[in-house]
Parts: sequence; C-alpha cells; structure tokens
Amino acid sequence: MEGDAELQDLYREVLLDYFRSSTRKGKLDPADLRAHGINPVCGDELEITAELKDGKVSKLRYAGHGCVISQASAAMMAEALEGTDVAKAKSLVAAFKKLMLENGAVKDLPAELEQLASLEGVRKFPLRVKCATLGWNTVMQGFEAKKS
Amino acid sequence: MTFDPKKYRADFPILKRLVRGKPLAYLDNAATTQKPRQVIKALVDFYEQNNANVHRGVHTLSEESTNMAELTRTKLAAFVGAPNPKTLIFTRNATESLNLIAHAWARKFLKAGDTILSTEMEHHSNIVPWQLLAAERGIQLEFVPVELDGTLDLAKVKAALAKGPKLFTFTALSNAIGTVNPVLELIKLGKAAGAVVSVDACQWAPHKPMDLKTWGADFVSFSAHKMLGPTGVGVLWGREDLLEAMDPFLGGGDMISRVTLEKSTWNELPYKFEAGTPNFADQVAFGPALDYLTAVGLENISKHENALADKTRAILEAEGMTVLGPKDPATRSGVVSFNVPGLHPHDVGTAFDLEGVAVRVGHHCCQPLMHLLQCGGTARASFYLYNDQSDVDAFERALKRTLEFFKIKPKAGVR
Repeated sequence: MEGDAELQDLYREVLLDYFRSSTRKGKLDPADLRAHGINPVCGDELEITAELKDGKVSKLRYAGHGCVISQASAAMMAEALEGTDVAKAKSLVAAFKKLMLENGAVKDLPAELEQLASLEGVRKFPLRVKCATLGWNTVMQGFEAKKS
Repeated sequence: MTFDPKKYRADFPILKRLVRGKPLAYLDNAATTQKPRQVIKALVDFYEQNNANVHRGVHTLSEESTNMAELTRTKLAAFVGAPNPKTLIFTRNATESLNLIAHAWARKFLKAGDTILSTEMEHHSNIVPWQLLAAERGIQLEFVPVELDGTLDLAKVKAALAKGPKLFTFTALSNAIGTVNPVLELIKLGKAAGAVVSVDACQWAPHKPMDLKTWGADFVSFSAHKMLGPTGVGVLWGREDLLEAMDPFLGGGDMISRVTLEKSTWNELPYKFEAGTPNFADQVAFGPALDYLTAVGLENISKHENALADKTRAILEAEGMTVLGPKDPATRSGVVSFNVPGLHPHDVGTAFDLEGVAVRVGHHCCQPLMHLLQCGGTARASFYLYNDQSDVDAFERALKRTLEFFKIKPKAGVR
C-alpha cells in the first residue's frame, strides 16, 4: 500500500527498535547534569541526566513519556553522546539540529550520528520536528546551565 | 427540511481537497470548523463592495459597513436568545471574552480573600486568566473535581458552592472528552449560592440550542470560528446591569463617549468594550454562518454528529482501544477522545494523517484534566454537520492500518 510506504519512511524499523529499547532509559542519581525539557505543543516531558567525568559525558540517561519520534531520538542521542567529550557532544547536537532544522544533508552527518539518518523522514512532517529535537535541546540546556 | 449531509458537504469547498493523496476526512471540528461558500462569499463580497471603517464618517460605504456588521449582532441575539443585542460584545475569540470578564468585572468587584470556583474540566482559557488575577489580587481559586468517567458530581458542585465563591465559571461542554454538562442545573446552583455565573459555551454554541433568557447566567463566552464563521470573532454575552457597572477592558477609539486630556467618558454598550477598529469584515461574514446553522437546525446537527460519534466509539471499543469520557449517551457529544494502548497520540495523529484523516492529538489545552485522567494526551475525533459515513469509514481504515503497522494487539501495547 502506498500509504504504508509513507509510514515506513517515517517510522523506519531502526527507529522502532530504539523506541522499544530501554538500554539508556532512566535517571541517574546523583547526576552532574540534569535538564528538564517540555514540548509545549503536546505537553511531553523529558528529563536528561548525565554523569560527566574528565570532561567527558561518561553516562547519559533519558526519562519521560513521549512519541516514537521523541523517544527514539533521545535513545539514539544517549548512545551517540556517551563516551564523547563535552565539546564534541555539543558539536554533535549542533550537527543533528542542522540536519533537522536546516535540511542538512545526511552524508554530512558525523560518523557518531550515523543512526540519526533514520530521522530524515521526519522532516516531511514539520510539526513533528520538535519531537525529534526535544532531547537534543534539553541536553543543550543542561550544558548551558553547567557553564553559567 | 430533511437533514442531508451530502448536500451540506457540497457547500464546503475544502472538503473536496486531497490530503497526502487521500480524500480529506476532517474530524477536527472541536478545534475549528470549515466554512461554507456562503461565508467565504460574504467575506469576499464585503471587501469588494462595502468595505469602510464602521461607526465613523457619513459616507455611503461607512454606513453600509456599519449596518452590515450590526446586522450580525441582531441575528446573533436571535440565535442565542439574548434579551438585547447590545449585551453581545464582539471580541477576538472566546479566550479574550473570558479575559474580558477577568479584567473588567473581576478586577473591579473581587477583593483579596474572595474565591473563584471553576472545574477540573476546563480549557486553559478558563483557568489561566483566573490564575493571573488570583496571583495579582490574592484571590483564592477552587476547582470542582472531575469524576473518572469525565463528568461532574453535582453533590461536589453544591459542596464547593456552599463555601460562597463570588464567581462560578465552567464549561458547558468539554472540548477534550466531550462531556455535556447539565448547564441549566449548574447555572441554577451557582445563582442560588449567590455567585456570578460564567459559562464557557465554546463547544456548546455550535452544536446545541441555547436560550440565554432561559439559561439565566451572567456571562457566556463562545467563538464564531467553531460554528462555521470566520476566525477572529469571539463573543461575550453579559447581563446588562453587570456590563453597565463594569469599567472598559481596553481603552482607545470607538469605546469613548467624550475625551479630554484629563478624563474620558465611556461609550454605551456594547461599544464600551469594543475599543479600536473592530474586526467588522469577519463580523459581517459571521452572519451567513448563523443563517446556515439556523436553516439546518442545531438539534438536527447534534443528533447527526452524536450518531457518527457513537459509531466511531463502537469501532474503537471493538478494537480494544481506550475511549475516554462519559459512558451515558445522554452526557456525550460529537467528540470522541481515545488512546491506542502503547502508542503516543502524536504517532496516532501522524498515521491517521497519512490516511487523509484529520484528528487532533495532544492535551487539547486541558493539561489538568489529562493529568487527572492519567494520560499525557489523547487523540480526538470531533464531528460536525458535513461529516458522514465516509468519514467514519476513513477513520476505521486509518485505525486498522495504524494497529497493523505498529503491531498493536489490543491491551498488549507495542510488541
């Protein structure tokens, strides 16, 4: 069915796998970074907690309730940012936002964000882009708060 | 006149369009309704033939424009049974109407320690204006709890009213879950307890007859765009003596009688509350919307959309979906709020959109109610006079495809 092809393009299998995965779901306590994000359109909330060691994001967890897009995106983000140093993590956030908000090319994505190419289909649904970026905006808030 | 949705559909040009390659099934009427060509034509004709600022000047166009805008007020008075057209104030939307009550009535007549009573079923527009006022003036806010089936328990309303709130403000019909409240009973209880009673009739006015004289409330708010009319026209009806006693809402042109640099006096009703150039073109185009609803008949509309909503509920229940809101058909409306177990409403909304079915998803501007019903949001299908069986069929197709695609087994969630 043609409609199914569209659904498959948006909800790619890899997205559904991350959505169902619970590997990095949860909260760290204590945490070096704690940030709370809200998508005012739908009221979805996401809490990001992270452990920062020697300038690196050693652990990152996300908690909250959300749609397939926002949860899968947060899960992929947690995987991509874990183990990178903070400066690198910030540049990855910027690279992902460029893909989603400025129609960046998938081939320009850094290797760490390879899986995020699966969110490309979301750009055809502008109202859903906020779902995809919720986790990334939230972690950036956390980094900003650390800095100040 | 027999009720014929096919005939009405032909009056709504937008219903002919395709969405993502599929015929549009527009089931988001509680958010805004589509407009019949009569309304669209009235707006175009007005701009092409009559446009001039109202209540100013003596030239022909200004006179025509003024008369046409005022004709809508007269029609509206007949439509809602208002005792006097001048007690109907045009605002931008129902949110502004409710804020007008907060600013121009409550600010003048309520004092620190007074209580405002509302319910947990309200739209944010009937919560936030009171919260702002409460914070500013030290006023208490109380909310009648909502039962788990989405109704109000009258015993709890009475108990809350017994504490003597100065204002009781509630929705006639829930936009989020479709509960039809016992409006007359609630107004009577509020008045008997000595409260000023404000009714949010946004979801009532497009679907059910109202006679303001029989209702006996003090303020009633609703919006033209939810009843076939253009956007940008809200309505506040107020009891005449209350409106007279109130101070203006906004200051500026049109609302004054005389201005000196020291002091101004206010224009008569309703203009005292309509500062600045009003949205007269849209007011003019609201007239044919009222004519249309009158010709079709609100009781017919209500019966028709309830029947479609009941079919939709039956489809959802047969698939094991969660349907929110009252079980008793007498307290249900054309709004069907539901959840697909294991799937977020946003994903439901997108999957439905790919089938051409427009449903609203999210918290419906009712976060406290959603919290209470223990869901972050719902998907909502809401019907109107131009919907028919083809929309219910499209809904069913969209639902089945969503369940298949996300491999949802009823009550098991996403596998």
